[in-house]
Amino acid sequence: MRALTQHQGLVAPMDRANVDTDMIIPKQFLKSIKRTGFGPNLFDELRYLDEGKPDEDSSQRPLNPDFVLNQPRYKNASVLLARRNFGCGSSREHAPWALDDYGFRVIIAPSFADIFYNNCFKNGLLPIVLEEKIVDQLFQDAEASEAYELTVDLDAQTVVTPSGDSFGFEVDDFRRHCLLNGLDDIGVTLEDAGVIKIYEDQRRQTAPWLFDAGQ
Amino acid sequence: MAGKTLYDKLWNDHLVKQRDDGSALIYIDRHLLHEVTSPQAFEGLRLAKRKPWRIDANLATPDHNVPTTDRAKGIDGIVDPVSRIQVETLDKNCDEFGILEFKIKDLRQGIVHVIGPEQGATLPGMTIVCGDSHTSTHGAFGCLAHGIGTSEVEHVLATQCLVQQKMKNMLVKVNGELGKGVTGKDVVLAIIGKIGTAGGTGHAIEFGGPVIQNLSMEGRMTICNMAIEAGARVGMVAVDGTTIDYVKDRPFSPKGGTWDAAVKHWRTLHSDLDATFDKVVELDGANIMPQVSWGTSPEMVADVTGNVPDPAKEEDPIKREGIERALKYMGLQANQAITDIKLDRVFIGSCTNSRIEDLREAAIVVKGRKVAGSLKQAMVVPGSGLVKAQAEAEGLDRIFIEAGLEWRDPGCSMCLAMNADKLGQGEHCASTSNRNFEGRQGFGGRTHLVSPTMAAAAAIAGHFVDVRELLN
Repeated sequence: MRALTQHQGLVAPMDRANVDTDMIIPKQFLKSIKRTGFGPNLFDELRYLDEGKPDEDSSQRPLNPDFVLNQPRYKNASVLLARRNFGCGSSREHAPWALDDYGFRVIIAPSFADIFYNNCFKNGLLPIVLEEKIVDQLFQDAEASEAYELTVDLDAQTVVTPSGDSFGFEVDDFRRHCLLNGLDDIGVTLEDAGVIKIYEDQRRQTAPWLFDAGQ
Repeated sequence: MAGKTLYDKLWNDHLVKQRDDGSALIYIDRHLLHEVTSPQAFEGLRLAKRKPWRIDANLATPDHNVPTTDRAKGIDGIVDPVSRIQVETLDKNCDEFGILEFKIKDLRQGIVHVIGPEQGATLPGMTIVCGDSHTSTHGAFGCLAHGIGTSEVEHVLATQCLVQQKMKNMLVKVNGELGKGVTGKDVVLAIIGKIGTAGGTGHAIEFGGPVIQNLSMEGRMTICNMAIEAGARVGMVAVDGTTIDYVKDRPFSPKGGTWDAAVKHWRTLHSDLDATFDKVVELDGANIMPQVSWGTSPEMVADVTGNVPDPAKEEDPIKREGIERALKYMGLQANQAITDIKLDRVFIGSCTNSRIEDLREAAIVVKGRKVAGSLKQAMVVPGSGLVKAQAEAEGLDRIFIEAGLEWRDPGCSMCLAMNADKLGQGEHCASTSNRNFEGRQGFGGRTHLVSPTMAAAAAIAGHFVDVRELLN
């Protein structure tokens, strides 16, 4: 997995609460058996005026001029500013894959849905929870000034604005460690293979119905 | 020392290792797989040259992409080549790794959250995961069950464990009793309407109280299924006699002396009387009416006797904007009566409501009646091949067909429209599924979430009606 320690990037404000993972990447694109290539279909139904199909060239499709990411000033944004309960709904990891493939590295919101939040860390994306009033302020600032960038430091756990305001954020130690070091957490877990085996052998004795189905 | 909640007990039972950083390794007893969220996980295993840790913990079936007609053709019946490749890929992966799969032509094939309980592959006290957020369904059996992403599917395949942080405990208690015509679906929609789609975020919800205790396993599954729509990955119900009766004599259930030992353990799977919860919400079952969702989030629900809300009366600006946006997308007017919403299609099915009891309840409503001529389509999609066979043995298929509903083959179908079953732009659908998000059932489609009986009643009337009037 790609590591993330510090990131400075252009902020795109998506002013909408409860953005669900169906909205982030609609179902017709979940038919892919790959992890890559979802970027052109990120927010497909909001971004284009027509219905998207898998395996088509999205560069030829009519864009929705009202959608925030279609505004030239937000081209190449890598920090998504969002509203409460971002990523609710389906567990599809295609949602962080699409955000990543598009070029986002950090998402800031007052709250995230649990499964989406967890899926982000598996893909080198950093979801940051900040208080709603801070997020409100960032929305105002990002909309007021063009080329508005934020600097995120995962090591220090801070988000720093162009004017030098610094906001701290919380993140679990394990997730932070994996993201800072770009660790494959399967490898980390397999270091405990012996412990898993001991647990499993004990369970086989105390709860055999979990191992020998139908017997 | 304070007592333990059901969630605490399940967590402790499966704790392999508590790490110093606050994370924990949790052992997974059952891993369910389907074609949409597994291909990249199997590919990851192959690339890292890893093998599944415990093959017999896995059970797979294709459900999202399967057609609900022409099933005798098997995979060749999948018209969309991209969908077909995904189902073929699941078959190949399961064959290569030796994982038990109920393939498309198997009578036992069905929606993954229907077949687990049906087979006894879902047993009380298990940890159960699947690359699907509606895995919370299995919590109805006193399981710790939740959806995971594809990276975690790979992690479970490779290690039989997940790295987890313990959630908080939440109790949703439904007191009293339900009125006639009010179902588990109405209960869960009312709960989501009350606590919101983020009301359970970070929590494992236990559903309790007399209403839950009096529900069938099907009703409890419907409620736990939609815990995720309240923001909680995990929904649970304590084990009782209803649970144990349901599990008995299923193909994967223990037998003989092992059964007796299992039951003894399962009887302990409830929250202790002195257990404390971080959050408690109570509802009175007598106040729950049949529910209809009017908006584009499952918290946007109203009583069937009520009206579409007026955004002008909402004080929170973010919520007000959400209501305005939803009304525009749904083509509805503020203050419009719910019963004035006209429908184009009706869908009875999905992992929320496609079990035998759901179909029986819907059949009672449509029996001897006819689907409204104004509807373009009304369809019933059973949750599994075995549910379909059971319904046919009871003559339910004939009741539906005579009333003018289509009787289909099992799969996820129009719940998320990955197969050919979908809404056209602007069409309103009374749907027994779980999500009314924009575009969920088809580009520009407008979903109204309801119970099977409410969907059946709406099919007859062509618009929403209070099903209790038809049941009198």
